[in-house]
Amino acid sequence: MNRYPLWKYLLVVAVLVVGGLFALPNLFGEDPSVVITTGDDEIPSEEVQSDVLSFLEEEGYKPLSAEVLEGQWVLRYGSTDEQMRASDLISAKLDRDYSVAMTLVPATPRWLRAIGAEPMFLGLDLRGGVHFLLQVDIDAMVGETMEGHQQDIRTLFREERIRFSALELTDDQQIRMAFADSELRERARSALEEQIDGLAYSEETDDDAYLLIASMDEEELQEMKDLAVQQNITTLRNRVDELGVAEPVVQRQGADRIVVQLPGIQDPGQAKEILGATATLEFRFVDHANFPFTGDPDDPPDGSEVFPQRDGGYVALERQRILSGDRIIDASSGFDQESGSPEVNIRLSGTGGRIMNRATRDRVGDHMAVLFRERVSETEMVDGEPERVIREIEEVISVARIREGLGSRFRITGLDSSQEASNLALLLRAGALAAPIDIVEERTIGPSLGAENVERGFMAVVLGFLLVIAFMAAYYRTFGLVANLALLSNLVIIVAVLSMLQATLTLPGIAGIVLTVGMAVDANVLIFQRIREELKAGAPIQTAIDAGYGKALSTIADANVTTLIAALVLFLFGTGPVQGFAVTLAIGLATSMFTAIVGTRAVINLIYGGRKVSELKI
Amino acid sequence: MEIFKNDPNIDFLGRRRIGFTLSAVLLVLSIGSLLWQGLNLGIDFTGGTLVEVGYEQSVEVSEVEAALQGTDYADAQVLHFGSPREIMVRVPPMDDVEQAAISEEILAKLREAHDGVELRRVEFVGPQIGRELTEQGLLALLYALGGVLVYVAFRFEYRFALGAVAALIHDIVLILGFFSLTRLTFDLTVLAALLATIGYSLNDTIVVSDRIRENFLKVRKGTTEYVMNLAINQTLSRTLVTSFTTLLVVGSLLFLGGEIIHGFAMALLVGVLVGTYSSIFIASASSLAMGVSKQDLLPPEKEGEDQEDHESVVPPSERP
Repeated sequence: MNRYPLWKYLLVVAVLVVGGLFALPNLFGEDPSVVITTGDDEIPSEEVQSDVLSFLEEEGYKPLSAEVLEGQWVLRYGSTDEQMRASDLISAKLDRDYSVAMTLVPATPRWLRAIGAEPMFLGLDLRGGVHFLLQVDIDAMVGETMEGHQQDIRTLFREERIRFSALELTDDQQIRMAFADSELRERARSALEEQIDGLAYSEETDDDAYLLIASMDEEELQEMKDLAVQQNITTLRNRVDELGVAEPVVQRQGADRIVVQLPGIQDPGQAKEILGATATLEFRFVDHANFPFTGDPDDPPDGSEVFPQRDGGYVALERQRILSGDRIIDASSGFDQESGSPEVNIRLSGTGGRIMNRATRDRVGDHMAVLFRERVSETEMVDGEPERVIREIEEVISVARIREGLGSRFRITGLDSSQEASNLALLLRAGALAAPIDIVEERTIGPSLGAENVERGFMAVVLGFLLVIAFMAAYYRTFGLVANLALLSNLVIIVAVLSMLQATLTLPGIAGIVLTVGMAVDANVLIFQRIREELKAGAPIQTAIDAGYGKALSTIADANVTTLIAALVLFLFGTGPVQGFAVTLAIGLATSMFTAIVGTRAVINLIYGGRKVSELKI
Repeated sequence: MEIFKNDPNIDFLGRRRIGFTLSAVLLVLSIGSLLWQGLNLGIDFTGGTLVEVGYEQSVEVSEVEAALQGTDYADAQVLHFGSPREIMVRVPPMDDVEQAAISEEILAKLREAHDGVELRRVEFVGPQIGRELTEQGLLALLYALGGVLVYVAFRFEYRFALGAVAALIHDIVLILGFFSLTRLTFDLTVLAALLATIGYSLNDTIVVSDRIRENFLKVRKGTTEYVMNLAINQTLSRTLVTSFTTLLVVGSLLFLGGEIIHGFAMALLVGVLVGTYSSIFIASASSLAMGVSKQDLLPPEKEGEDQEDHESVVPPSERP
């Protein structure tokens, strides 16, 4: 009696070995490092690498090691001071096409990485950093669009000679039109439905006036929301890249919110400034008399301005702009259906399309340019010291010949590659100010507090653990020691599972682990109490052990399922910190079932199973 | 080592009036305090801005308040946080200022007044987010209770479920009352602890209910009350041991975990104590008061093996 088949022992050993291996990377800590990639997210060339290394050696900031890791070039340092200094030096040395970021890179040995073992992520509350929740102001955007529609309608009525007595924008973002009779209203409505997209209409009668109410079409509104949030995410990602933060998070949350998490950022003020900076876009005509431009860029021809082109050289543009980027609704890259060459499709708002049409229909054959302006912060060497400066960048990202009068939908063709097309589309979207964004939530944890939280959390786990172990050993003797073994393996397995899932460990997460430690012994307490009861009732020792485990099982299952329900609810309805707690609690419950029931039974069977035992130390 | 050498035989249910009275007093006190002064809600729920800074030397609250005089934040709440070198400034939501910039301005003012002010933590929660978090929190509470009610009703019997939920509501009200009376800040982490307590307290209640069901099948003699009381006594050692080990770790969280999870650990501590009490004195007594009886738990068709070892539970009168 009380013998396990071999496979059960093997299972327990296997789980422990795998758990141990995957928990191991968390012991090695992290190296402060500088991570460098090119603008296209590729590894810098060998040449650049050796350039940077010899430059750093000259400056006395030789890294501990330099290696390629997951598509990035990583330089490890011994201290954060060295790392910061080296990062500044490198950003000043390399031009702005390279992304230089500071981060903590796990010091996991190669052989562990080879089997896919990685340490857990530390949450912002443990490593320090900034968490923003941004709200996209859809109302403002709808308001702007409806204003545009209002103007379009006015123009349309004038052209169609439809007389109206009122045309106003109401507070709830509707356009209210009034007509003298129903026939006029009918004409207006059919003209509107034919010419203006994206509006839904309803009719009312009020004090002899025939009203027509236009509001934004539901589908259109939804599309606009999605687009606005998507565009803002794209723009924010570009900005965040500029900040030089490693492992940033920019994510949509719900219908109209965006989460931005920047680990390791010390100065939330700077982050806010850069996230809020706007890129703008303009369409302008190329100065035809000076095209292609060959003169001195500092001496522009009369009536023109000279700007650098993204792919080299300069181009002179007329001072007057045709249109600004906020009229762009969407830009996407694709292929010309006939020639198969890459192109960018641009969609303008209704008003934008009309302006574009008026400006271009007389100038077919001329060239049109897209001018991109953005404020960026970068590191420069000032008197041998690296310094962060804000610089305005202006460059022409596209010059194209106008083949016909353009409207609200047109395309730019003649691009060299599909890569160029998608880059241009990205820039066009980034430059189009989709909707204003507001910060609605901010949580910043300073780096010192983060380190302190790690230390305190760790101490709490260790102390709680030791106390429980001491108590169990005193109260249940041999069985208590076995339960302690299970508790220890449970801790290791929890860490291993969290590492495998690449979950983020937060302070509430640590609290969840601590609580699990307290509750995980419950299963063993239930079993051991049962065994004691059986013994008192006079059952033989081997029978008592078996009955103890057997009878406690359904109770343990019931108790754990109910706690799991609570954890599930916490996970579903909680936000960040609460969810972290729920995840560790749930994982801890699941793993504790294994260690406390199967694990302890294996050890107890090994000690007592299948032999004559005169006394049970319980 | 054992808490009880033999199974204890305490008449918990016979004296359920005492438990009910004690609970009634505590409940009235809690509800009264909640109605009278409410909870000291954290900015997670009220919205607003919180800035925590560290100084190189100890600093008086009045010095920090002086630094904020003459600004928009003269009325801000300034407190020591954990140590005399740490200061927490809390500002309610404001209407006519750019909300996200408040923390920057406060930090700038504090840095003007003292050297070496280190930013430790900023939390800004917009009023709308605060409302949403409150709403979500209440929903979570309701769903947790609902989920538990359904599971226990399915596994046991509806009166057990009602008894368990009565115990849970009892626990929640007492924890809320505790936070209301002590004026400790009630924030998101405390809410999480409250929900965790639901899981924990339930754990205890389930273990007792499980034993009651088992006893109904095995113990032929004795009244319903006797059988239920027996179950509470049989599981008493386990209840106390588990509560004790949990208290050990919650205690270490409370004393070592730092200021940020202090509220969380405190809520768990109170939760474990109240949860243990209610699973002994309230849950079963409520089910009994609602008239649960042996017949309700007996399966319609008995499986033979159930009677196999009913000797292992012997009514006290037959004990040698």
